Amino acid sequence: MPVTAVGQSVSRKDGIGKATGAAKYADDLTWPGMLHGRTIRSTVPRGRIRAVLFDFDTTGFTIVDHADVPGSNMVDLIERDQPLLAVHEVRHVGEPILLLAHEDKEVLHAARVLVEYEELPPLLDPEGSEQTFKTITIDKGDAAAMAGADLVVEGTYQTGHQEHIYIEPNGVIAVPEDGGITVHGSIQCPFYALKALKALLGPDIPARVVQTETGGGFGGKEEFPSIPAGHAALLAHKSGRPVKIIYDRVEDMVSTTKRHPSIVRHRTGVKRDGTLVAMEVEVILDGGAYVTLSPVVLSRGCIHAAGPYRCDNIRIEGRAVFTNTPPNGAFRGFGAPQTEFAVEVQMERVAEALGMDPVEFRRKNALRAGDTTATGQVLREDCSALAVLDEAVRRTEFARKRTEYEGTDRAIGLSLFYHGAGFTGSGERYLKSRARLEVTPTGVRIATGSTEIGQGTRTMHAQIVADALGVPYESVEVAQPDTKHVVDSGPTVASRTCMVVGKILEECAVEMRSELGKLSPAEYFAKHGAMTVERMYEPPDWIRWDDATYRGDAYATYGWGCDVVELEVDPDTFDVRLLEVTAVQEFGRPIHPALARGQIEGGTVQGLGYALLERVVMRNGAMANAQLTNYTIPTTLDVPEIDVVMLENPYPGGPFGAKGLGELPMDGPAPAVVNALRHLGHDIRAIPATPEMIAASPVAART
Amino acid sequence: MRFTLNGLPVETNAHPMARLLDVLREEQRLTGTKEGCGEGECGACTVLVDGQSVCSCLVPVAQVEGARVTTIEGLHGTHPLQKLFMDEVGAQCGICTPGMVLAALALEDNPVPTLDDVRTALAGNLCRCTGYSAIYRAVLKWRAEADSGPHAAPEQASARHK
Amino acid sequence: MRIATSSLDLRRPATLESALQALRDDARTPIAGATDLYVTLNFGTLEARRFLDLSRLAELRGITERGDTLVIGALASFTALQRSPLVVKRLPMLVEAARLVGGVQIQNRATLGGNIANASPAGDSLPVLAAVDAAIVLRSVDGERRVPMTEFYTGYRASVMRPDELITAVEVPRVEGHQWFRKVGTRAALAISKVVVAGVRDGPRAARFAIGSVAPTVVRARKAEGVLAKGGKIEEAVRALQAEITPIDDLRSTAEYRTAVAGNLLRRFWAETA
Repeated sequence: MPVTAVGQSVSRKDGIGKATGAAKYADDLTWPGMLHGRTIRSTVPRGRIRAVLFDFDTTGFTIVDHADVPGSNMVDLIERDQPLLAVHEVRHVGEPILLLAHEDKEVLHAARVLVEYEELPPLLDPEGSEQTFKTITIDKGDAAAMAGADLVVEGTYQTGHQEHIYIEPNGVIAVPEDGGITVHGSIQCPFYALKALKALLGPDIPARVVQTETGGGFGGKEEFPSIPAGHAALLAHKSGRPVKIIYDRVEDMVSTTKRHPSIVRHRTGVKRDGTLVAMEVEVILDGGAYVTLSPVVLSRGCIHAAGPYRCDNIRIEGRAVFTNTPPNGAFRGFGAPQTEFAVEVQMERVAEALGMDPVEFRRKNALRAGDTTATGQVLREDCSALAVLDEAVRRTEFARKRTEYEGTDRAIGLSLFYHGAGFTGSGERYLKSRARLEVTPTGVRIATGSTEIGQGTRTMHAQIVADALGVPYESVEVAQPDTKHVVDSGPTVASRTCMVVGKILEECAVEMRSELGKLSPAEYFAKHGAMTVERMYEPPDWIRWDDATYRGDAYATYGWGCDVVELEVDPDTFDVRLLEVTAVQEFGRPIHPALARGQIEGGTVQGLGYALLERVVMRNGAMANAQLTNYTIPTTLDVPEIDVVMLENPYPGGPFGAKGLGELPMDGPAPAVVNALRHLGHDIRAIPATPEMIAASPVAART
Repeated sequence: MRFTLNGLPVETNAHPMARLLDVLREEQRLTGTKEGCGEGECGACTVLVDGQSVCSCLVPVAQVEGARVTTIEGLHGTHPLQKLFMDEVGAQCGICTPGMVLAALALEDNPVPTLDDVRTALAGNLCRCTGYSAIYRAVLKWRAEADSGPHAAPEQASARHK
Repeated sequence: MRIATSSLDLRRPATLESALQALRDDARTPIAGATDLYVTLNFGTLEARRFLDLSRLAELRGITERGDTLVIGALASFTALQRSPLVVKRLPMLVEAARLVGGVQIQNRATLGGNIANASPAGDSLPVLAAVDAAIVLRSVDGERRVPMTEFYTGYRASVMRPDELITAVEVPRVEGHQWFRKVGTRAALAISKVVVAGVRDGPRAARFAIGSVAPTVVRARKAEGVLAKGGKIEEAVRALQAEITPIDDLRSTAEYRTAVAGNLLRRFWAETA
């Protein structure tokens, strides 16, 4: 098939709307008679609700509590443990208790609701938690082989919460229509929200979800929006009027999910020559007060916990635990940034203990085609660990700089990492994702549930369809995800939108082409009328996975990366100045090079923020620095331009050779930064590595 | 109270302490100006007041009495920087884009800004998607094209290219 | 915005006299650039509801010289400070401080007078004014008085300014010697200071040094200056400095870090201005 759009940086489908401000986000939309909604939340981390008192004139208000729920009050996710509105007890600060709506925002915000609690002692330390949401054990070979190692290195690594800081806070509008409720909103996964709304509203109230233009997600609008969507729906149902709920920044930071904090312990046994003998890894994730997606975050975290290394004997034990803190959830990388931080700093320390060059040590142990991962997956030719490592080292003149920076305030460090694309194990089989392609009078229309949240879904899907169908890119339209009009393509998560949904679309286009014969879609439409092709995803037939033992092919393929960070530490202030950051990544083949570069640049900068700046301060179970002034993400002056290298190694299972990309860039920056700080002699084992932490870290002699 | 909005005179009955942001979005129905934080930190609500960039979430509308206010809608989609934001993928989710474009206009007086000039000019605008690099590419290209474009004064152009 | 706009009241006097009269007649909070004000309005943490807008008082905007004294109007914005040839020439470290206050949007609106009146111990311009022995000019209907910057604050967010007074200007005497400024923020831009210092090196043993974010108010390091003036060792001066500050652990940093960095910056200042 002729390739004219794929591989080109064609104009974004949504570029003009965004550059002109015409694109409509949730808060830009209004409906006649619309009310504004507000959520009354717990101010204590654990307690029983004694009384709820209204200290305002309730005239003109719609007030909703748990008793107003027509269906189930539990969010329909992995476990149905999280109430949309608290009944008798609260388990975290920010937990929703009551909903108010009023047509006047000022009157709404002036309303005072007093909640009296019987406070109970909160559980805030994850290590002290005996309530476990999920445990996972991965066994490969026999970890007892550790006894045969020449050297055993141990270490404990910690990562903090990370807040998504999509620049558009959560927002939804629920509109009563046709006897049901339609929710429009800033939502990554409309079909997740639909499922939750159906459970909430019960069988008699039909639900529908329409995604509005979404101002960033990064996982933060994956499962969470089911809650504000449900709240707005309850208010709309009770009032009979459209209800808009827009979180302000403080509310969004205090109440919504974050990246799971982690504690990861490593014991690694090696031979004198650097051969890995055995690895033992313990992973603890702080799940917060409800299960949300913690089991699957833990799963991905554990699967990636041994890093991209060949080792015959591995034991990984993970647990996600309960604490009285706001529930944590999906965030780009989904458990892997935590565990890959730990393993990459551990590997640096092992090399150091051996007196080996960190590059040589990694080169010796990096996974190659034919090797097996921790879950026993035999890697195929799409394994590029060595390729990314070698290119990164060559391009940055790593060895030369490593020596040259000795004795200065400068340092260089690297990380080697990988990221499984798509749902874990049999997940893609269970999902049964579908995509649909429709002939229109002017071309074709893509109708999937995949959302555009900035990453370029519309554009990249249209490119795939254009080339697979042999039509101009401009003639491909992309329908706005609306659960009434598109099919469920699975969630827009897990680096699967290009590789998995793009693949179904490619197959739809091929099938449509054979139906069209030599006609263009428009000619076909004029002659025969509408035509629709719909297909379901079939994962590669060789995938074998056992959920009980965690053995098998965890992912159809992996993306590979090596990040190199050069930095300077101010000797007076311990501020870290990033000098050069190089990201070498292999993700099959880029469908749209500029979009792909943007994913790597943006993901790398999020990773650099995670490494150095972004610290959630929790006090008595609540985020104490819930303002953008005090939770600091990188500005233009904090990060250099990222030197991006996209290595190609086309993956036969993806459309035009593409693998997943979205999450990969998040995994590497933090360990590369910390390994560079180690090069300076700072023994850092936790992130964010703030100047305060660097100032307090023991400086070992540089070797 | 009157002010000039995107070149046209407007009259507002809003409370003098109403945020300029709310007057623009809710009264004037210009929703291209976005609210990201309400604390002047993200820059998504950036507009120009008498040519200077401000965070409209921190401005009482009373203080723009008689002033010229320019929002993203005032560029009418025809500003070359808007096209370059599209070409260079300076917009991903797009929520910071209007503010970013308006903040970048401060560089209009700078014929050949350095990368550091661009960084400094945009330090008040947070973007969580792009890591900023694509935005720099768009802005630098805009200045380079303006510098060598048909509108550049010939004597200036030759002076600069000596 | 969490506070109802309709609960607020604003007066916009056109002259300084009417502004001062309004302040005398009823208690109002003066506002100018409003960049701090709206943060607290948006968060719903502000108690004040009645405001007096100074932005029409053009006479408070100017930056001039009066004899040897640099006179900066209270309404001079941080952008105006950066662009003023007088400030660039006479007080370059104030230009540096002005460049690091928020982003451009904030610099375009925020005023020097507002930074002083807001009285945050982290205010970026305050160590500069304290180090150069600036005077704050206060006006009320009763007349004008001058308060040395080093005596202006009485405690955390408290000053000698009366509710019926306005800051109209800052007067800076001629500064001889090397000016030195350093802000240590929570990040490279849009940062609140964790430590902020300004120093003037007037001679081999003479230094003036002020430091912010390490005590309830900006601190003029008289003891450390005294050690250096007597020809004492820099390490002795560092100890003196660390004894005259009272940093705390807060959301942004730790007392330990602030203490160590304060000392490091005094050493660096002394070495670089030698």
